[in-house]
Amino acid sequence: MAELSRVPGIVDDTDPAVRRRLDETWAESGGIAAWFTTVDHKKIGIRYLVTAFVFLLLGGVEALVMRMQLAGPDRTLLTPELYNQLFTMHGVTMIFLYAGPILSGFSNYLWPLLIGARDMAFPRLNALSYWVFLFAGIFIYASFGWGVMPNNGWFNYVPYAAREFNPGPNIDILSLGLILLGISTTVGAVNFIVTVMRLRAPGMSINRVPILIWGTLTASVANVLVIPAVSLAFLLLWFDRNFDTAFFQVDAGGQPLLWQHLFWIFGHPWVYAIVLPAMGLVSDALPVLSRRPLVGYTPVALSTVATMALGFGVWVHHMFATGLPDISMSFFSGASIVIAIPSAVAVFAWIATIWMGRPVFNTAFLFFSSFILMFVIGGVSGFMTASVPVDWQLTDTYFVVAHIHYVLIGINLFPVVGGLYYWLPKMTGRMLNEGLGQLNFWLMFIGFNMAFFPMHVTGLLGMPRRIYTYQSGLGWDSLNMVTTVGSFILAAGILVLLVNIALSLGFGRRAGANPWGAGSLEWATSSPPPHYNFVVIPEVASRHPLWEESLQESLRRSRVRQGYELSEGHETFGTGTLDGRPDVILRMPGDSWMPFLLSLSLTLLFAGMLLQSWWAGAAGLLAILVSLAVWLWPEPHLGQAVEREHG
Amino acid sequence: MMRSAFLGGTLAAVDSVPGAAAAEATQSLPMNFLTGYGDRAFPVVNLTWGVLAISVIVVIVITALLLGALFRRRPGGWAHDPARLPVSREGNGLPWISIGVGISTVVLFGTVVWTMTTLSAVMEPDEDTALTIEVDAHQWWWEVRYLGDSPDEIFTTANEIHIPVGRPVRVRLVGGDVIHSFWVPALSGKTDVIPGRTNRTWIEASEPGVYRGQCAEYCGLQHAKMGLFVIASPEDEFEAWREAQLAPASDDIAEDAARGREDFMRNCSACHTVRGTPAGGAVGPDLTHVASRRTIAAGTLENTPANLTAWIEDAQTFKPGNRMPTLDLEGQTLMDIVAYLETLE
Repeated sequence: MAELSRVPGIVDDTDPAVRRRLDETWAESGGIAAWFTTVDHKKIGIRYLVTAFVFLLLGGVEALVMRMQLAGPDRTLLTPELYNQLFTMHGVTMIFLYAGPILSGFSNYLWPLLIGARDMAFPRLNALSYWVFLFAGIFIYASFGWGVMPNNGWFNYVPYAAREFNPGPNIDILSLGLILLGISTTVGAVNFIVTVMRLRAPGMSINRVPILIWGTLTASVANVLVIPAVSLAFLLLWFDRNFDTAFFQVDAGGQPLLWQHLFWIFGHPWVYAIVLPAMGLVSDALPVLSRRPLVGYTPVALSTVATMALGFGVWVHHMFATGLPDISMSFFSGASIVIAIPSAVAVFAWIATIWMGRPVFNTAFLFFSSFILMFVIGGVSGFMTASVPVDWQLTDTYFVVAHIHYVLIGINLFPVVGGLYYWLPKMTGRMLNEGLGQLNFWLMFIGFNMAFFPMHVTGLLGMPRRIYTYQSGLGWDSLNMVTTVGSFILAAGILVLLVNIALSLGFGRRAGANPWGAGSLEWATSSPPPHYNFVVIPEVASRHPLWEESLQESLRRSRVRQGYELSEGHETFGTGTLDGRPDVILRMPGDSWMPFLLSLSLTLLFAGMLLQSWWAGAAGLLAILVSLAVWLWPEPHLGQAVEREHG
Repeated sequence: MMRSAFLGGTLAAVDSVPGAAAAEATQSLPMNFLTGYGDRAFPVVNLTWGVLAISVIVVIVITALLLGALFRRRPGGWAHDPARLPVSREGNGLPWISIGVGISTVVLFGTVVWTMTTLSAVMEPDEDTALTIEVDAHQWWWEVRYLGDSPDEIFTTANEIHIPVGRPVRVRLVGGDVIHSFWVPALSGKTDVIPGRTNRTWIEASEPGVYRGQCAEYCGLQHAKMGLFVIASPEDEFEAWREAQLAPASDDIAEDAARGREDFMRNCSACHTVRGTPAGGAVGPDLTHVASRRTIAAGTLENTPANLTAWIEDAQTFKPGNRMPTLDLEGQTLMDIVAYLETLE
């Protein structure tokens, strides 16, 4: 404490004077402008959730149309080109625009609340991350307007992506759109990393953070390391397509396999990046609904990190059929099988938590507990594809389609929907309806398994992926019909969720601060929380600050009702990375136009590059420089002058 | 209505292979790989069943544990409001993790070993290969070249690979336009065909029969219609087939076919080759013995005169986007060309 610029006083969180000061300090500019200038992590988090959910619906509709085409043999609802565009957009949408951003939404909303901070470490960067995500999504979806959607799968292999075989703008839109999105993901990841390193409440040592923090932190570190690979790949491809460079062009000495390596070095860690935070949601919420702390916090936290560490060394399992030497295939095969070990840690921890607890069968719990089963099914099908000779058969069949959907729906969407039932009351202050919730769950659970479980069999019967039609007599007809029916039941479940949310916003029962009797800090503040999250900065003495009375595990108690008053501006504590001791009072920026304007400028630059309108590109570049200059101009009230003294 | 190749084509083809014991198994579920034929397939089929069994057992065990955890009897019955139920840290859950992970680890490492041994067992054939076939994958058909020591042993065909039963055959996969993947499920897993590279694989059929294959790497518009057939027959039949394929097109043809040959040279020879004639195009399939093939357009249609006529008249209806142009041929010309093609046995 001695190093702090001042020693803040201890106050009570009911102190009206303190609340008034905070309300004034944290008030945002009103009106339309506030839409574009807010840097509140809660608003940004909700925007992420809403936007990603819209993309989920778009990707879902694309899937339903494809399922109608595939319901029976030789159907002609879609032309081959349209089918190929739809399966590409479905993959791009779900993987890039839904699965990652929805978890960013949860983490953006929850992180500062979980760790007892007032905002993310870089609030304006947070806003930038959202706006760029939104514009990148619109950029890619603009292709619909001209009927030139990307048509080469989310993996976008060359040479089919080369101009020679794909002369339209389809692939350029995808390339530039994903580079733009990469900027969003990267700045978001940096923000998460710095936030957890520096903004945890006093006393929250690294072994006291919720598992969601471990999941998103691990995913963020991975993103910082691997996004450059895919952004580079898409940039090189764009060069190849537009300026006749030859990174991937065979005639000129380029290598198609270079694309696959660059893509999967990114692609496989990305799969973990879009499941580890979702596993974190379950690891934090499932114990609350089982009325006991998570079994094996430390093994689960370490297994999260171990999964990602191994996850960097398995990308070649996407390339087992490319004719690589058997020695390298053996290595990657072994690594891909062994990566199941940390997953097993989590599975047994979740089951033990339920077994030794007293589960409450509400909607959120149904989603979380059924997730365990789907996690295991997605896990064992992944284990099968990890074995090289077996994968030679399984790869590029519907078996892998089943696998990826058990992973992405089972391990991402189910925790996300469960997470909405669990955390929306915190965000909106209102509960969701339990009856509709149960209907929602059973429709999704039955629909999902009916749609995707038969796909394992379709794959074992040899149906290749990415075919717009198939002939009768191959044993695939009725399985495909079942899948199509199941997909519509799943979609009906999503509709019930939307209805439930809408009703809840209007008529939902008031939630109160802590409707689930949970133990972590986000439940210590009101629902919804004020702009500044916490009236007083809590001081944490255990992993479950709100459960200390029940658990009686130590005499030390966290302080949440009483604590340090930080109300002289947008203030929060900067704390040590490992021990969580405060070493500085940080001042955070308030609302700003710059994130929005910078995002707009970036989008203008990318649009100029796409249309090869160099004037638009130059204008975008200039606008970027101006926005950055305004953004970075030192502001004494943020303490940026003080920084200079430290040199 | 055109007959789709699969039902018509393959069943007829299977009938024509004497002693086709494999026929029945490959007939109802022709693309499944849970049954295999030949030394390349057997160890992989065993491993596939093995890891499948492990997976099913794991799912059953975990489901049982989960159901037990959910529904085991608890003092005080079921609670509905979590906020009213106090939390407690009863019991030690860590043995769950150590035992569960311990067992999993043993199974996983066992699978690694089994994978490695299977991999080394199937990388190369045990005995000398009977012949080497070069397969060039194109958008969206397969060019098949039988290699030999001298030029007169080399010939080219399309979308059909004939092999002698019980002999390993080497396959060289030469990349051309975009990436494709060579896959005949009952005989062998996938090997990609990548531009700028030549990949190698091998196949062996332990029993006579027709084995269906298909391109397995997304390759564009008509990836769905890029079928392939491997026909395994006894050695003497295979040799007879090879002799027939080596021969150039016959000159001894009827009057309408002779007219058709003239029309073919005028309209088709820029893209197609018929050995023994001036037609030497290299864009489309070699048609020297097109009438001997079971399907046209890579498994899209059964090879009948009616289908062939319809295909030449408007190939884009059956396989939109394929490279075969619509030539607006007059009725008589079209019929003559088909008559000519039917002589190319």
